[in-house]
Amino acid sequence: MSDVQPATASRSPYLELRDLKVSFATEDGLVRAADGVSFSLERGKTLAIVGESGSGKSVTSQAIMGLHPKRSAQITGEVLVDGTDIVSASEETVRSMRGRNMAMIFQDPLSSLHPFYTVGAQLIEAVQAHGEVSKSEARQRAIAMLDRVGIPNAARRVEEYPHQFSGGMRQRVMIAMALINNPDLVIADEPTTALDVTVQAQILDVLRDLQGEFQMAILLITHDLGVVAETADDVVVMYGGRVVERGPVNEIFTRPRMPYTWGLMSSVPNLTDPRGTRLTPIPGQPPSLINLPTGCVFRPRCQFSAHVEDAWCDTKRPDLEPVGPRHDARCFLSVSQMAALAPRRADGEEVA
Amino acid sequence: MLGYVVKRFGSMLVMLAGLSVMVFLLFSVLPADPARLTCGKTCTPDVVEANRQRLGLDKPLVEQYAVWAKGIVAGRTFNEGQGAAEFTCPAPCLGYSFSQQENVTDLITEAVPVTIWLAAGAFVLWMTFGLTTGVIAALNRGRWPDVVLQGISLVAYSLPSFFVGLMLLILLIVQMSLLPYPDYYPPSEDLKKFLVTMVLPWVTVAFTSAAFYTRLTRTQMVETMGEDYIRTARAKGLAERTVTVKHALRAGLTPIVTAAGLDLGILLGGAIITEQIFNLPGMGRLAVESVVDSDLPVITGITLVAATFIIVANFVVDMLYMVIDPRVRLA
Ligand SMILES: Nc1ncnc2c1ncn2[C@@H]1O[C@H](COP(=O)(O)OP(=O)(O)OP(=O)(O)O)[C@@H](O)[C@H]1O
Ligand SMILES: [Mg+2]
Repeated sequence: MSDVQPATASRSPYLELRDLKVSFATEDGLVRAADGVSFSLERGKTLAIVGESGSGKSVTSQAIMGLHPKRSAQITGEVLVDGTDIVSASEETVRSMRGRNMAMIFQDPLSSLHPFYTVGAQLIEAVQAHGEVSKSEARQRAIAMLDRVGIPNAARRVEEYPHQFSGGMRQRVMIAMALINNPDLVIADEPTTALDVTVQAQILDVLRDLQGEFQMAILLITHDLGVVAETADDVVVMYGGRVVERGPVNEIFTRPRMPYTWGLMSSVPNLTDPRGTRLTPIPGQPPSLINLPTGCVFRPRCQFSAHVEDAWCDTKRPDLEPVGPRHDARCFLSVSQMAALAPRRADGEEVA
Repeated sequence: MLGYVVKRFGSMLVMLAGLSVMVFLLFSVLPADPARLTCGKTCTPDVVEANRQRLGLDKPLVEQYAVWAKGIVAGRTFNEGQGAAEFTCPAPCLGYSFSQQENVTDLITEAVPVTIWLAAGAFVLWMTFGLTTGVIAALNRGRWPDVVLQGISLVAYSLPSFFVGLMLLILLIVQMSLLPYPDYYPPSEDLKKFLVTMVLPWVTVAFTSAAFYTRLTRTQMVETMGEDYIRTARAKGLAERTVTVKHALRAGLTPIVTAAGLDLGILLGGAIITEQIFNLPGMGRLAVESVVDSDLPVITGITLVAATFIIVANFVVDMLYMVIDPRVRLA
């Protein structure tokens, strides 16, 4: 990372990805779902990953959890969670870290909870997976946690089954389950996509509250730029399995330095944009992860490649280069070209 | 939930009543004349007619059914011929076997425990074996343990039980003399002889069934292991064994329980071939004997009992759904 500010330089990040590559051997060929992903995240901070469908957000987050089956996924690079490399650690080490060091909230709470066990049973087993805790004590913790995430009558509802909860309450259960062992890192993969707008807001409030209380790092995957603007400290933009831009949320929103990010941002005029604003689709198809285009992966959809000298976009892969304070982008356009070419709003300002 | 149980229980009783009508009708339209079967070769037409009247076989079918059905519920009395003393057939009276000179109920009551022992032992064997190998195959999908288990189960599944039974009998008993010839003793009388006799019948019945459960369990496991809640279970940090058994296997249990319940119900009606091969005095052998003797009351009784086992098994399976799946229980 470039230009790490002195105030934060002394603290080592809780999560650090270094050149993570995840590929799957399929009948059609090798799918490079994550191709050299690097970023880092500190305790108490929120990092949002944005990018269109198939850009490798979920694959990356599951690699952090060590959830890719060893048989089908080929993984290289490093995923450091509190200094331990998940990629090379033993299965037992990773298992013992799941839920305690890093936990995950999934998108669809109904299918992500076991239909045959009570919510309490599913919380209790999570507690008991990480230490000798009596069942009654684990139950007390389950009830306290359900209460903490805002489930009324927690002591009674702990005996109920997932299908007896509403969608929003179910997602609160998922959050309780993820947080019950006080993890330092919580990954939320589109935690509110399956919910309606008012419930989305409540769920995000719960997460924010809990972050204030427990100081965990949150890795938030979302399609909702309004949510990103409101909750994230840093943003990682992914495209075709790679990071194409990353930086503090203000930088990314006010000075995006990559045509793909411009495409994402052009639908969000400013930070106070209401929640629920969706990414407008960018013309063209996402790249095939089996046969990546030569040169810049975004080039087939990029309107600005003509501005780059010697047709580099067609032949060379741009590196992730510093373009501002803690701000990197993967583009051959120079910073001055960026400033000149960035799409403008009606008032003549740069997208901001 | 209680309402559902009561309703389901009521419909089971209705089915049983309907079943008794069907079984009775089925055997009334057979060409065999039950009156002719009441006395030996030297029977004169007069005696046959007398017996026909005495047994009420000249009455309309509805009336005959009423007498038969009432016998099941309340018992009835018979007399063997003019001048002979009447004797009672207490409920549940399924009729009287003239060729064996015994109440059908007594004949069946003697045979049922043998079949229950056979079924229970085989059931435990095939479920243990089938579930274990199915889980192993699923966890190793596409690799050698899976390929080997799938191959074996395919072969085992296609072998008929008479072949397996006869091979075991010929190899282990006749040729290698590893076990004595089968001679059934109830476990309460002689546990060792019981076990020695039962081990091969158990293996015979379990062999083919286990193969089916290997395949069924594997299919179920492969499906449930891909579910989102399995990923959640792993994400919580649960041990892989817990994920496999407590989460994946449990979730895939419904079809397995259905098949197992019905298979057990069918088996309780008698394993004709296996009982025949290993000389077990169970329901299957009683059925064969009574067919050979054209002993209609016994055939009717066995059919009724065997079908009842299946209907009851169905009911039990339905009740088990509620135990397995809270969505059924709380619906
Ligand atoms: N097990 C797998 N085998 C083969 N390909 C896979 C596998 N898992 C993911 N992929 C592929 O990797 C790519 C990235 O998938 P991923 O789920 O990470 O996308 P995403 O960014 O999370 O998208 P979305 O926004 O739709 O959730 C997709 O093209 C997907 O088809
Ligand atoms: Mg995803």
